[in-house]
Amino acid sequence: MAPCYAMRTPPRPCYQKGVQTSSPRDSESLSKGGGKTLLDAVWDAHTVRELPNGDTQLFIGLHLVHEVTSPQAFSMLREMGLRVRCPERTFATVDHIIPTDSQRRPLSDDLAEAMMTELERNCREQGIRFFGPETGQQGIVHVIGPELGLTQPGMTIACGDSHTSTHGAFGAVAFGIGTSQVRDVLATQCLSLARPRVRRIEVGGKLAPGVYAKDVILHIIQRLGVKGGIGFAYEYAGAVIEAMSLEERMTVCNMSIEGGARCGYVNPDETTFAYLRGREFAPAGEDEKRVIEWWRSIASGPGASHADRVSLDGREIAPTVTFGIHPGQSVAVDARIPRPDEVRDDERAGLEEALAYMGLTAGAPIAGTPIDVAFIGSCTNGRLSDLREAARIARTGRVAPGVKALVVPGSQAVARAAEAEGLPEIFRSAGFEWREAGCSMCLAMNPDKLVGRQMSASSSNRNFKGRQGSPSGRTLLMSPVMVAAAALRGCVTDVREML
Amino acid sequence: MAKIERVVGRACTLRGDDIDTDRIIPARYLRAITFEGLGEHAFEDDREQAKGNHPLDDRRFTGATILVVGHNFGCGSSREHAPQALMRFGFQAFVGGSFAEIFAGNCTALGLPHLCLAPEALSALMDSIDLDPSQEVVVDVANRKVSCRAGTFDASIPEGAHRQLVGGTWNNTAVLLEAGSAIEATAARLPYLKRSEAA
Repeated sequence: MAPCYAMRTPPRPCYQKGVQTSSPRDSESLSKGGGKTLLDAVWDAHTVRELPNGDTQLFIGLHLVHEVTSPQAFSMLREMGLRVRCPERTFATVDHIIPTDSQRRPLSDDLAEAMMTELERNCREQGIRFFGPETGQQGIVHVIGPELGLTQPGMTIACGDSHTSTHGAFGAVAFGIGTSQVRDVLATQCLSLARPRVRRIEVGGKLAPGVYAKDVILHIIQRLGVKGGIGFAYEYAGAVIEAMSLEERMTVCNMSIEGGARCGYVNPDETTFAYLRGREFAPAGEDEKRVIEWWRSIASGPGASHADRVSLDGREIAPTVTFGIHPGQSVAVDARIPRPDEVRDDERAGLEEALAYMGLTAGAPIAGTPIDVAFIGSCTNGRLSDLREAARIARTGRVAPGVKALVVPGSQAVARAAEAEGLPEIFRSAGFEWREAGCSMCLAMNPDKLVGRQMSASSSNRNFKGRQGSPSGRTLLMSPVMVAAAALRGCVTDVREML
Repeated sequence: MAKIERVVGRACTLRGDDIDTDRIIPARYLRAITFEGLGEHAFEDDREQAKGNHPLDDRRFTGATILVVGHNFGCGSSREHAPQALMRFGFQAFVGGSFAEIFAGNCTALGLPHLCLAPEALSALMDSIDLDPSQEVVVDVANRKVSCRAGTFDASIPEGAHRQLVGGTWNNTAVLLEAGSAIEATAARLPYLKRSEAA
């Protein structure tokens, strides 16, 4: 196979400058007789009123709350003398700070225990359903919302967490928000927002063996850039997306924020409806029939008007690995790390900073880069299908000497399902640690952290400086199977060699 | 609520694009139930690694109230702790090439203007400040202009944020509450909530 110097392919389209777009910019010219995008249909259905500042007051159908970004919001609410307006549309869990070795109370970490206690108190006082560790339904907020059937097509969803875009996989319009906005939603069940434009990203063709949803979204971000999505909602479509399971679609939508987009979604279809059927909070019987009709009606039709369109070929996507300090700095696993003279002028300084921080060599192959830690988990890739695929690789060998390998299920339900299939035994006998549910080493707010300049192969979503808990720690993002392959070989490895 | 029409003061330049909120405030400082004390940890790891050469530690910039940054500033995590930390460090306004959207929304909610400049203007502003950090920089939010010794530059800010800041309506909760029963009326029309109410 010819080496693919990702950065030597035509420069990334720079949408802000309006060059290299693969489609007309004029939304009128894309419209075939009108029709709304899903974003517009959902937006219009949830519009309470247009605000004096020109934004929309948007009703929020589902508010998800966790322990890190909510305590100050509840405090502000109390100071204003207000109560939660729709406690029945508000659900909470604990994920960021929870230890994954033992969730027994009181938590061994005093600060974590204080944050958990505060959330429990706020939920109790305000009548909010709390999925704590003792319920058997605890987990990463973006894993449990979907698996409980809380996340549904056509909803507006908000959560004080940037990866709320995950829920777009169902055809929901889902926003990550800050703490003041959490206060707004608690108090009014509404947000003040400007309507984003919609960019349709069609991924055609078919994925090759060894290529996963994670590779698709890393590839999209590499092509469109980490700021290419500013002002946009990303609508993912095309044969590759349509063929994906809901869990795979969640992986894609999860990282929309990494591309700068305000949210990302996939139009709902039979796969979506089948996923929801029978889940605790999903509609059943006559309710389901009625609401499915509505779900079908809100999907972007063939005549829908998109502000921009981009087409990509799924057959060109290879297992992808980041080499830098933001998720747009990635290459195919069989490619070389770009040299500063190969990239666009405005990317050069960022590339040089990235290579210096990562201690990687321009022009060197990414494959073979030694790793110290392997992390499988997170809201991006901590679901059952992720663990199943990683286990297929894990069962073929042993974790390389000197590598610490961690598998953290995204929720207690994922853990139970994995246990029923014997996945923990496979991982443990290969030398991986099997942990309890939480965000864990994705952002290291619990004891799971890199140490010093350790290099981590990670199925998570961010390779920012210091992201995984050590100020000088280093992260290589990749799919869960690629992490498993790196764990066994002790270095970045093309998983296609092991299939 | 105060009307934020202009911010006048000395400025600090922080070059580089895609500076994420993990760098602005490392996650370990989010292990708290208030925003208190975040100011002293702003950019802590970057500053540590720069060994005193970080702009926030540059004595020439001490007391600056305006932070001038590159493109896509504040990308990544939605943590409001990031603008909170910078505000508590002493910044009252941001000027840059572009801002990540959640970060920009958080700034608006805190009454912190975030103005964007065209690349040439941003470059001229940064060069001018670096040459003479003692000069007064004017962030004219109301008229969407940024001025320094090198000149006055046209700036942009999303319309909604502009009206909120200049009009003193940046605390959204009060504005959103004014909708009253229209909120419940909107909810009542949503097909997926009809069932919940019947149940």
